[in-house]
Amino acid sequence: MSDSTVITYDAQAGEEHEHPSYQRHHFETIGQQNDATNFAMWLFLLTEIMFFGGLFTAYLIYRNWYYPAFVAASHQLDIFWGGLNTLLLITSSFTMAMGVWSAEMRKQGALVLCLTLTFVLGLGFLGIKTIEYREKFEKHHVPGLHYSVQSFTNPASDPEIEREYRDKPLPPDMATHTELYFFLYFAMTGMHALHMIIGICILGFMIVRARAGAYTGGHLAFVENFGLYWHFVDIVWIFLFPLLYLISRHQ
Amino acid sequence: MSEHSEHEHHIVSPKTYLAILTALLAGTALTIAASYVDMGPLNPIIALAIACTKAVLVILFFMHVKYSTKLTKLTVGAGVFTFLILVGMTLADYFTRAWGRW
Repeated sequence: MSDSTVITYDAQAGEEHEHPSYQRHHFETIGQQNDATNFAMWLFLLTEIMFFGGLFTAYLIYRNWYYPAFVAASHQLDIFWGGLNTLLLITSSFTMAMGVWSAEMRKQGALVLCLTLTFVLGLGFLGIKTIEYREKFEKHHVPGLHYSVQSFTNPASDPEIEREYRDKPLPPDMATHTELYFFLYFAMTGMHALHMIIGICILGFMIVRARAGAYTGGHLAFVENFGLYWHFVDIVWIFLFPLLYLISRHQ
Repeated sequence: MSEHSEHEHHIVSPKTYLAILTALLAGTALTIAASYVDMGPLNPIIALAIACTKAVLVILFFMHVKYSTKLTKLTVGAGVFTFLILVGMTLADYFTRAWGRW
């Protein structure tokens, strides 16, 4: 897309006016158009905040109800993988912010580089999530038909976790509630991962467009608003990581 | 404020972005380190406090809200406020009604 201007002839007033080709005609100025788009994006993000907020609230309530089960179950998560993923996602937020800056400065090469880095870091995050999910499948910690409470009723059967946390065995009725922890774990990280997958697809589309010269001609609303989405996904993880992985380490 | 200045586009410098990245990474290291110290009921509170600080940094700088129009600032503020009311009221209800009788 070029930043050439379109000169149209206003028949009624009989005078010429100039505006960039990407300005929609129902907006008076390009500033107004950008403000409206930005406002709309934030409204969408607020609905997303409410959506994830429901999951977070459910997690807080059930964690307090079935406290011993949630503590023992959260010891199954690996702080190393969770921390590494936090590192990847925060860095990808930085490269995304730098992408917006590159578009503002009309640096096409830098924009493509930043978008590609964000894309790769996002894929890295999903790759690590796959490693974590696989372990849950192998240990039968995925809620459903084959769920097993063995790690919690008999901690000695899970020597790796036992060595680190020395958890006492849970009574069978409490141990069944660990399934609820994993249900919320998969619901929350799964919804987060779905947002990442959607974001990565859009990033791929943007890289192709950026290589063709889009966004560096002055019209970068798409990059800016996608940046908002990507940062929002980062914020969700900023809360997921401590709540799921960290806060029960010592209880 | 004049109509014009509301539309002015502020470009955040890479230096600011880099400073925020450093702060976010430091926050991550701090929250992991804090989880290895036994502080009883303070552990989740400190973890959430650090997470909130990090989120505010992301919203203000990466998401440009600090440099945005009043409309955007009001939208974000009102959204967070409504969110806290919804979560706060729900938790207050659960914690005071049938607690211990489930």
